Amino acid sequence: MNSNPPQKRGLTAIDGAMVLIIILLIVQIWLLSATLESYLAGHREAAIPGAIISAILFAACFALYRFVDRIDSEVRRRE
Amino acid sequence: MSWFRKPSSAPLWRDEFSVFTADERYVNRRQFTKFLTLTSFGMMVGNLWILTKSVLHREASYPRVAIAAIGEIPVGGVKTFNYPGANDPCILVRTGSDNYVAYSQKCTHLSCAVYYENEQNRLECPCHQGFFSITDGAVLQGPPQRALPRVALENKDGQLVAIRMEGESV
Repeated sequence: MNSNPPQKRGLTAIDGAMVLIIILLIVQIWLLSATLESYLAGHREAAIPGAIISAILFAACFALYRFVDRIDSEVRRRE
Repeated sequence: MSWFRKPSSAPLWRDEFSVFTADERYVNRRQFTKFLTLTSFGMMVGNLWILTKSVLHREASYPRVAIAAIGEIPVGGVKTFNYPGANDPCILVRTGSDNYVAYSQKCTHLSCAVYYENEQNRLECPCHQGFFSITDGAVLQGPPQRALPRVALENKDGQLVAIRMEGESV
């Protein structure tokens, strides 16, 4: 039996999603700087995979934001 | 399927500016998550901008400019010149009796002027102690991340002629 109230469980889920977003963001910042560095060095072939991976990371962040939004909505409506 | 929050009968301001501490925690987290997601969107736009610049990139055309006569400078000597534009300083080094190399003089770190260090046979940026190979301009040590752009040379009628830049992207 779970003794945690829904409020607390919701907050834990949101905190977990936020940590995941922050990790994805750090990877995305590194990816942007690495792509820019190789572009400036004349290696233009890195731009396509850089853009694709960045778009995937943004999609993941967006999905997590939707998750946070939904949890927030559900938990607060329940009260 | 709803993409975001379920529509509420309560006014938006009541949802966003709750007087209850427990609700406030949720609102703060949701707003912060939104900010992080927008930052992620900004990063993606940055990557797309690099992709657009790469796709639209055209090979630059370079002028042919005579920069020195063969034998004008001694072995181990240098001569500075501007190429391809009047504000693009470059350095020509005679590394052997028949060997000449030329590079952009702007350090790839913060654009300080590099100079030739004869004893170590390398190019040095005095601002932050960055060192570049005289053979190919690659970074040997220090904060620069990219090699020095190289000036391609041609020997024409006893003259060294700069024909193009290599390893330069913008």
